[in-house]
Amino acid sequence: MTGNIIQKQTKNIKNKNIKNIMIVGVGGQGTLLASRILGNALLAYGYDVRVSEVHGMSQRGGSVVTYVKYGEKVYSPVICRGEADIILAFEQLEAARWLSHLKKGGILITNTQRINPMPVVTGAAEYPGDITDKIKAKGISLIAADAQSLALSAGSEKTANVVLIGVMTKYLGVDDITVEKTIRELVPARFLDVNMKAYELGRNISAGSVK
Amino acid sequence: MKKIMLGNEAVARGLYEAGCRLVSSYPGTPSTEITEYAALYPEIYAEWAVNEKVALEVALGASVAGGRAFSCMKHVGLNVAADPLFISSYTGINGGLVIGVADDPGMHSSQNEQDSRHYAEAAKLPMIEPSDSAECLEFTKEAFELSELFNTPVILRLNTRVSHSQSVVETAERKETELKKYIKDPSKWVMIPANARPRHQVVEKRICDISDYAENCVFNKTEIHECTSIGIITAGPSYNYAREVFGDTVSYLKIGMVYPLPINTIREFASRFERVIVIEELDDIIESFCRQAGLTVEGKNLLPITGEFSQELLAEKILGKAADYDSFEEPVPPRPPVLCPGCPHRGVFYVFKKLKLYVSGDIGCYTLGAAPPLAAIDTTFCMGASVSALHGYNKILPENTKKSVAVIGDSTFMHSGITGLANIVYNKGISTVVVLDNRITGMTGHQENPCSGHTLKGESTAEIMPENIAYALGVKKERVVTVDPADLAEVEAALRRELEQDEPSVIVARRPCALLKYVKREAPYAVDREKCRSCRACMSIGCPCISITNGKAEINQSSCAGCALCMQLCRFDAIIGGNTQ
Repeated sequence: MTGNIIQKQTKNIKNKNIKNIMIVGVGGQGTLLASRILGNALLAYGYDVRVSEVHGMSQRGGSVVTYVKYGEKVYSPVICRGEADIILAFEQLEAARWLSHLKKGGILITNTQRINPMPVVTGAAEYPGDITDKIKAKGISLIAADAQSLALSAGSEKTANVVLIGVMTKYLGVDDITVEKTIRELVPARFLDVNMKAYELGRNISAGSVK
Repeated sequence: MKKIMLGNEAVARGLYEAGCRLVSSYPGTPSTEITEYAALYPEIYAEWAVNEKVALEVALGASVAGGRAFSCMKHVGLNVAADPLFISSYTGINGGLVIGVADDPGMHSSQNEQDSRHYAEAAKLPMIEPSDSAECLEFTKEAFELSELFNTPVILRLNTRVSHSQSVVETAERKETELKKYIKDPSKWVMIPANARPRHQVVEKRICDISDYAENCVFNKTEIHECTSIGIITAGPSYNYAREVFGDTVSYLKIGMVYPLPINTIREFASRFERVIVIEELDDIIESFCRQAGLTVEGKNLLPITGEFSQELLAEKILGKAADYDSFEEPVPPRPPVLCPGCPHRGVFYVFKKLKLYVSGDIGCYTLGAAPPLAAIDTTFCMGASVSALHGYNKILPENTKKSVAVIGDSTFMHSGITGLANIVYNKGISTVVVLDNRITGMTGHQENPCSGHTLKGESTAEIMPENIAYALGVKKERVVTVDPADLAEVEAALRRELEQDEPSVIVARRPCALLKYVKREAPYAVDREKCRSCRACMSIGCPCISITNGKAEINQSSCAGCALCMQLCRFDAIIGGNTQ
């Protein structure tokens, strides 16, 4: 009985068409806005979209994760271990923490920023060294970007989230125009120029990469 | 118009479209945004009530007056509102009345994971449960129709994953509803025994009628796929996980009205399949119902009663299929939430720890004072319990009265701390209560409360001071003191003095939340590396901005809020800057 379902399940192509993106970071880094920009852009492009966020305790500098799923028809709003096509990490330790959610063959895009969690601050735990190298050594496609510096050069450190969206756009299956249009819609007018600049700088990062 | 909306925003849209006139709620994750979004519609009068009981009573009053009304809360909030909930079942409604309750399986931001469906059964009220934002909108509108059709309050059950997920909805125009005329009728509205006895019979008859209605209602959906031998009975977010794992390989009975359950529909569905599995988060309510009806079903023999479900969990527990993934091999330090940089609560907890006090804690951001390195809280139960439970503790251990405090935020004090304080005064208690007054409801993301001076709609209003409440309750004037929590010496002196007294004291530590827009960020502090002796005294306040770099303390310049607590702790004048230079 059970075996039957497994066989049929692997033939279910509808689920295979769903693309799973996880945005992970630290409370206060702007992951929520990033997921909203993404969700709206994907909807505008014509996909069915679900975005899941957790509020409350996860703010206050805690680990924050949002899920963006899209395709012909999406049901579950969450992404589990081994399911993410792309993980967009706003911080290195969070990239390491959520690596288990990356699908085999998926892409990990990470900001090189490092934010010490409280156990590291108090000396109760150590921040692992060379995180990106260790992940690359596992044969995982990883793109690292110094989003903070790029955001600063765009005009505001607060646009690091938009830089990272720029890095990711190439892998989404959505055209740039739709993403740009969505940023215009969601970002307040007075911050629009810096955000568009940040988006462009992010796009340049992945323009040269292979995949 | 097609839009992507948060489940909570979709509920608010449903309220708007249904012609709802009044919303009264108390904030609580994951329900909070419903009321915030509802407040954006000028057609809806929306307010933050002081607690859930008050909120539901306000909504009930609006219903009596003939308007469509709504009140929402998190699952533990419904415990507070249980009294009016049960009585509103007896009285029924005039204008449609819908009560939103959001459960939190997995406890993302809660102190327990109770299953609110038990309330529907206990109060004999219909309960409906959407799975996504489109259903949030549709079910909310239908809930008012159902309420008015059967003259009953209707409970709308939500869940973290439904409330806080965005999915596609189609919006429509608002349909204004006529005010229903209020007709004086004590037999319906005055719940004294003589009236309540016949009303109880009305309740029993009504729930039978709604059971019949459930068999053909818009909320329950059967999805039969060809050549399937497994039937899945499920509800709410579990339907989404099941749909993702099993696709079209099984058939589904998706229950949208989780109380009362449609017995004939379930029987008919179950009879078609060799194997029937009930997939429901938390308690085994649907499963037990099936068993009582004599059906053979599976459920909690495969799936847990605790925690949140996911497609991974269903695949593993039902199909025996483990997830395939790589992981980072070294230990990854956890990243627990912490008090924010500049948080006015931090200094108070530092002093509690320094004085080695027994701290009776409460619900709010300041519960984070329980985490290391502050680790200053002994107990946390429920809203308001800090004050009342300390009184009980001190009655048993009177010698500890001088080494113990209750700590409670302004919003929680207004919610249910006041009654505990009255109890202390009345019953000759001598406890010390510290009110952390940051002028806002912080934990749930800045909701106005009676201490804020503003309403939910942004209008300015009376600003209630906890000090005045303490006076009014009979705490002596000289035993009510106000301190600035940013001044550690002042906090310590006040605590030492008040703990020595043989009568109740109230210390109000007042400073607005550091994240409020009107709070000016002070200049950051920095460490003079020459003077730093690496004693780590500054690390004892658990500030996320301070770390040890190359053996010396370092303060992150972009996140430091300039609260000066660390400067007050440094014995070597190594912390410099801020507004002192």
